[in-house]
Amino acid sequence: MDWIATLLQGLLLGGVYALFAIGLSLVFGVMRLVNIAHGDMIVLAGFVSFAVVEVLGLGPILSLAIVLPLFFAFGYVLQLAVLNRTLGDDLLPPMIVTFGLAIVIQNGLLQSFAADSRKLSLGEVETASIALGTDIAVGVYPLIIFATAIVTILALQALFYGTKIGREFRATSDDPEAARLMGINTKRVFAVATGVALVVIGIAGVLMAIRTTFDPLSGPVRLLFAFEAVIIGGLGNIWGTLLGGVTLGLAQAIGGAIDPQFQVMAGHLVFLAILIVRPRGFFPKVAH
Amino acid sequence: MTQPSYRIERATRSSTIGLAVLGLGLIGLLLLPLTGDRATMRLIVEIAYFLALAQMWNLLAGYAGLLSVGQHAFIGFGGYMLFALVAHAGFSPIYSLPIAGLLSGLISIPVAILMFRLSGPYFAIGTWVVAEVFKLAFFEVPALGGGSGMSLPLQAVRDIAPSAQGRELIIYISALAIAVASVVAVYALLRSRYGLALTAIRDSERASASVGVDTFRLKLGVFVAVAAFTGMIGALIFLQKLRISPVAAFDVMEWSAAIIFIVVIGGIGRIEGPFVGIAIFFLLRETTSDFGAWYLILLGLLAIAIMLFARQGIWGLIADRYRINVFPVERQVHLDDHRQRQASSTSLTPTSEKH
Repeated sequence: MDWIATLLQGLLLGGVYALFAIGLSLVFGVMRLVNIAHGDMIVLAGFVSFAVVEVLGLGPILSLAIVLPLFFAFGYVLQLAVLNRTLGDDLLPPMIVTFGLAIVIQNGLLQSFAADSRKLSLGEVETASIALGTDIAVGVYPLIIFATAIVTILALQALFYGTKIGREFRATSDDPEAARLMGINTKRVFAVATGVALVVIGIAGVLMAIRTTFDPLSGPVRLLFAFEAVIIGGLGNIWGTLLGGVTLGLAQAIGGAIDPQFQVMAGHLVFLAILIVRPRGFFPKVAH
Repeated sequence: MTQPSYRIERATRSSTIGLAVLGLGLIGLLLLPLTGDRATMRLIVEIAYFLALAQMWNLLAGYAGLLSVGQHAFIGFGGYMLFALVAHAGFSPIYSLPIAGLLSGLISIPVAILMFRLSGPYFAIGTWVVAEVFKLAFFEVPALGGGSGMSLPLQAVRDIAPSAQGRELIIYISALAIAVASVVAVYALLRSRYGLALTAIRDSERASASVGVDTFRLKLGVFVAVAAFTGMIGALIFLQKLRISPVAAFDVMEWSAAIIFIVVIGGIGRIEGPFVGIAIFFLLRETTSDFGAWYLILLGLLAIAIMLFARQGIWGLIADRYRINVFPVERQVHLDDHRQRQASSTSLTPTSEKH
């Protein structure tokens, strides 16, 4: 029954990667911007939550009440003041600006929190598990993360297809020029979109910080996992991103079952293999 | 009506003066070992290989439009190939430098074929994934020390030169040679017909394809050549360090981030850019290194500011303001009409108005 446990573990790990990837997918989907600081923003959320827990004595889940509004404001202002100025035909400026941001966040965290590994604690929930049959059990906390990923996607779909700002997101994504002609303030739409993406990043960062240890330099690896999930699923398709995350999680779990050293490598190799056979992912939605 | 006489020139007064200053500087650097100042020599070696790496990334990103964030893949690979050749095939370290470069060029061909499927920013992160794969792969090679890495065998170290001083001199000369070769190679390439095609790709890939530039082949050629050169620089870097490990060899911050910021801050798409970027990088690092990672924060902020306010970089600001050009790759037509010399240039340097 070992292999069932492995597959279950991979599936749940996929939920984590999907949650990492949703913010990246969202920012790309609306404004064709690849945020290289994505992984570092996830780690930043973990550290902000860590600081809130230390200073105010709140639990990690309650800290979301502070982290999420803060991250929305961060994303909104960042897009309005900085990233909007980089959008255009030239791909270099958004790439360099988000790369610069990544370096600033990493080294800023290194200066203020030192290089130590941290972890947030949630008590018993972390280790609780539900028994499925005699020798298989699933962790409650990984299930919570997986459910959060699905709820987040459903919430974003409701936002995209059921609200005025969602309609503006889609219109701007399809054709920014035409959207502007229809009286949509695309700069503000972009700012709201990045704000929403940063809220998702905040959720992912805090949940990650409870699940595993993190340190100031652990962002880039998370960017790569998120990126792989987005590409595997197909650019701009948010359910595809979930599938991409699960594919990556399964690849890593199976690779890890063969040889623990091989876990991360297996994920990268599956990603490269999919790139060979399906260069545009399973469910591409965005034409290049 | 007589035909107006004209001459076509490439050299400008600023390029003559600039190249003379650089030549004198190089002579000065060649004389430096006479002073026996080994600390300065080591710093110059580092500056030299950073300059060569920056020239290579500038060619790749600034001209061929290939925004790779994964060039550290080839730095680490080149370094590891040198250690493999020396420790397991009995090659002499110095001869291994070009062979390591050649092997890096070879491995870059399948990488390019795979990565060219991704466009724009996805190519950038894709190359980064490849570098991660390289790193994880070398973790699994016990013959090269696995995760903890290996030192260059003592016999091979003595092979470079019997004394420590002799070794430092050889490394010093090699580093200068590689830096000069990188500048000369990029300059010569850009002045050739391929340079014209590359400049066209930089300005508009679609338009250059429509006038008959084989953009895929040219980009592939640049990617492979840059990977080979980068691999050779990587081999030199780890020959100087005498030690290699996966984490040090494939360090995205030390190799890719620093190089990219150097080029962007100095001025991407200009040969002078990396020189200016290198000067700023080492000035920042040497003056603030006592305060930990602050120079990296400053570097990141500076790169962001450049992208927002002066995309042509610091050299671009200077060159546009004072009309100077040390490495002219364009041709200038001088009309000798009525003894009045009017220079009109067909500008092949990036114009700031375009952005």
